[in-house]
Amino acid sequence: MLSKRIIPCLDVRAGKLTKGIKFKGNVDIGDPVEAAREYYEQGADEIVFYDITASSDKRDIMIDVVRRVAETIFIPFSVGGGIRNLEDMRRVILAGAEKVSVNSAAVDNPKIITEGAKAFGSQCVVLGMDVKKVEVTGKISSGYEIVIHGGRIFTGMDALWWAKEAENLGAGEICLNSIDADGMQTGYELTLTKMISENVTIPVIASGGAGKPEHLAQVLTEGKADAALIASMVHYRTYTIEEIKQYLTEQKIQTRMFW
Amino acid sequence: MIAIIDYNAGNITSVARALQNIGQDFVITDDTKRLDMASRVIFPGVGAAGEAMAYLREKKLDDWLKKYIKTGKPLLGICLGTQIILDYSEENDTKCIGLVAGSTKRFPDKLTSDGQLLKIPQMGWNSVKLRRSHPVFENVSPEAEFYFVHSYYPAPSDEAAVLGTTDYGIIFSSVLAKDNLVAMQFHPEKSGRPGLQILKNFCTWEGQCLMKL
Repeated sequence: MLSKRIIPCLDVRAGKLTKGIKFKGNVDIGDPVEAAREYYEQGADEIVFYDITASSDKRDIMIDVVRRVAETIFIPFSVGGGIRNLEDMRRVILAGAEKVSVNSAAVDNPKIITEGAKAFGSQCVVLGMDVKKVEVTGKISSGYEIVIHGGRIFTGMDALWWAKEAENLGAGEICLNSIDADGMQTGYELTLTKMISENVTIPVIASGGAGKPEHLAQVLTEGKADAALIASMVHYRTYTIEEIKQYLTEQKIQTRMFW
Repeated sequence: MIAIIDYNAGNITSVARALQNIGQDFVITDDTKRLDMASRVIFPGVGAAGEAMAYLREKKLDDWLKKYIKTGKPLLGICLGTQIILDYSEENDTKCIGLVAGSTKRFPDKLTSDGQLLKIPQMGWNSVKLRRSHPVFENVSPEAEFYFVHSYYPAPSDEAAVLGTTDYGIIFSSVLAKDNLVAMQFHPEKSGRPGLQILKNFCTWEGQCLMKL
């Protein structure tokens, strides 16, 4: 049967990792390509790069990173952050990424999902959703609202509605990030993840809140997620991906244990 | 020389990079004259059957493949390249190349496993159960998993053409093999070390099956 995927997420700014990542025997590594290689060796099922470069003139550096990553690791990886149009998507895909994730660009212009799916196939287009828990209203009937710009701007869009809409528009996957849980390391937003995952037929990657292997076990069972994104818990070497997978295997959760 | 058929269907560069990694020279081309000179051919592909077949017909690559397979030289199909070597695909109601008898079908809606509703596309890592040994799967552990991403699956009518199967709510034929042809639904170029091993094996395979079909 299909394995649940464990996906480390690397934040990159102007071609460098934004957080020092410590591996066995190594000092901080600033190179995202090295870090990707290390996670590939550790058994990551996929890797997500998030480009947080602020100025657009430095974006070309990311394309070079993507190219070098594609020469180094032979598992799927996706790139998000700063993707505004079809041309941005094309550049990332031609450089070697399997998938591109769009977030605020899709909120501004939902057609980018359809156009991307038509040009590169649905499997290439990931909708990134940043979500905050809010009061249930007529407009936000699920009680979860889509936010953009790191949670600073509320869009007035209901998260559940947007997930279904993105699926209809042609998104191949959803990366669902809870802004409330993000960085807290106290566990994923299970209610949100379960709600979204049960209401779309495309795979859902849970993001935000992972601090220990138990959290992944919860979101992959109770939360009904197809994959789990992790960051700090592996970047700071609290756990290795292999340790996490071993724990999941003990919990009878199917993951890829041979690589 | 290995040739990768370029037919405007998705990310051929990932196959190219995997070949580079295992130190294999190759050309990427849609020119039948250059393809004629190849000693083995990879037929990859991501995308939809309808558009892919339209492009192949325009470039006369469908006829070329039918001729090529008779030369006895090895052919490797990957993903969409595997689906459209069958006679027909339900995707866009498409007549396909027909190197292997059978069709490509869509996963039924509401597939379940242990009571859980399964997502379509199947996206991620799954295992393959081989029915017999094959040179292209030499030194590949039965525990290995491979990266799949698809909503349609190959359903050959000839059971003898099924080399391996995968369980995704239904058991489907994930690897086909017939004489000098081997074709897989998953992406070896994205399946880590076991995937690279398959590509390496293909690069030295002379096109014979151990068991005569």
